[in-house]
Amino acid sequence: MAFDSWHEFIWMGGYGWYVWLAYSVTFLAIALLVIHGLLTRKKLRQQAVKMQHQQQRLARRKQQERERSKLTDDTTS
Amino acid sequence: MWKWLHPYAKGEAAFRLLGLWQPWLAGLAVILVTVGVVWGLAYAPADYQQGDSYRIIFIHVPSAMFAMGAYTGLAITAFIVLVWQIRTAEWAIAAIAPVGAVLTFISLFTGAVWGKPMWGTWWEWDARLTSQLILFFLYVGVLALYYAFNDARTGAKAASILALVGVVNVPIIHFSVYWWNSLHQGATVTRFGETLMPASMKYPLYISILGFMLLTAALIVYRLRNEILKQELHRPWALAQLGVEKHHGV
Amino acid sequence: MNTASAWRLLTTVMRRDLAVALRRRSDVVNPLLFVVIVVTLFPLAVGPGPDILGRIATGVIWVAALLSSLLGSERLFRDDFLDGTLEQLVLSPAPLPLLAFGKVAVHWLLSGLPLVILAPLCAMLLKLPIAGWGVLMLTLLVGTPMLSAMTAVGAALTVSLGRGGALLSLLLLPLFIPLLIFAAAAVESALVGTSASGQVLLLTGLMLLTLLLAPFAVAAALRVSVN
Repeated sequence: MAFDSWHEFIWMGGYGWYVWLAYSVTFLAIALLVIHGLLTRKKLRQQAVKMQHQQQRLARRKQQERERSKLTDDTTS
Repeated sequence: MWKWLHPYAKGEAAFRLLGLWQPWLAGLAVILVTVGVVWGLAYAPADYQQGDSYRIIFIHVPSAMFAMGAYTGLAITAFIVLVWQIRTAEWAIAAIAPVGAVLTFISLFTGAVWGKPMWGTWWEWDARLTSQLILFFLYVGVLALYYAFNDARTGAKAASILALVGVVNVPIIHFSVYWWNSLHQGATVTRFGETLMPASMKYPLYISILGFMLLTAALIVYRLRNEILKQELHRPWALAQLGVEKHHGV
Repeated sequence: MNTASAWRLLTTVMRRDLAVALRRRSDVVNPLLFVVIVVTLFPLAVGPGPDILGRIATGVIWVAALLSSLLGSERLFRDDFLDGTLEQLVLSPAPLPLLAFGKVAVHWLLSGLPLVILAPLCAMLLKLPIAGWGVLMLTLLVGTPMLSAMTAVGAALTVSLGRGGALLSLLLLPLFIPLLIFAAAAVESALVGTSASGQVLLLTGLMLLTLLLAPFAVAAALRVSVN
């Protein structure tokens, strides 16, 4: 260990503020990139679910239209 | 000779291949960066001249190196986009640029914070910091151009042209900035002599550098996989990957 | 297309660009006026002391030149893009890099060359010692073609965008930096009394390299913007 105590470790020979500022901003920046990536993945999943529901609704509506027109055809023919 | 590469022009194949690498890249990156940083922060000896403030080097140097490295990757990808027009490469431009920009920001910030105890000021127009600042603008420019167009493919091609114009200029810019800095060297900037580092400082630095390389790759791979999913969201394989049920059409 | 007809197309394009630009004289004069205005503003902001002014003169003139070239960048391709001429040029059988070079040459004739002529006026206003005037004009003569060429690359990339103006400066300013550094250093050398030939030769080399490569970048960018 280069330091004799936790206090010395944080103090960094007087430069503690600078060293820890540099390290924490670095860690924060990388964490932001990671979080942004994860959030994007989640958003994509939500988007995909929404798209599928929309397509399901559309397909169901088309099916209903078809059945309705078949009924009217039967009564008129 | 390049036939083995052709299948990966397709989004799905690229997604799967990258998916194989992802956990290894990410896992090793976390381990190596942690080891390098902890070693450098807690176990490496203090520097004779700079005391403990030099410990910023263990994140400043790797981030600066791969800020440049990512730009080289960006330029190669740009070349592939313009010559072969492979869609996966177009999406890769959007994946690499933000990671490179963040790395450049980290190197600028850590460099400035390191500069305060070293030079007494938050900012100094030394060659390295100035070059990194210009690199940051190059990244931002590529991103801005990429997203400025309505059509994503046009945006990718325009951004690729800019990236290539930039890469031709990067050595010229670096050379001119170093030359300019040596010309105007007022304050004596004692650059930390990496070559004079003892082994107890060199090893954590090398480990950290390796870790940052894998971290950069892992971040880019993750973003690229996201981009592929985004562009292929309607396809069944993408839905399967996301765990979304495909509607059963009539 | 053989060389004779390609040459003919080039001269036609250049002559046409020249005629159109001279018709819209404000488009040509405004960037030059901008330089003079900027040069006038600095003494008002910094104080009329010759020592300060003389020290910053080269930098101010060159930065004003860079900014004015951004101002004048729309002239290169925007009008042709809007009325469809650009598409015709892109589709024409003549080599597009050659046509791009022609447009850059005309742009330089109307924006870079006048700057060289304006330089003594600006140098006088900013109290640049006379020892530096010659080298200043030389750096402008050698550097402004580079400026026109790189501005053309940026303009070609952003011509199809609605408001590409601010984006253009972001794209181009990093690329202008070596030009700025060596031009300013050349004049500094002349002022101190040492020979500026090294920097001027370097600038000339950069300029030739840019003029060689930029037309291809402009052509590629035009094809992307038009499609």
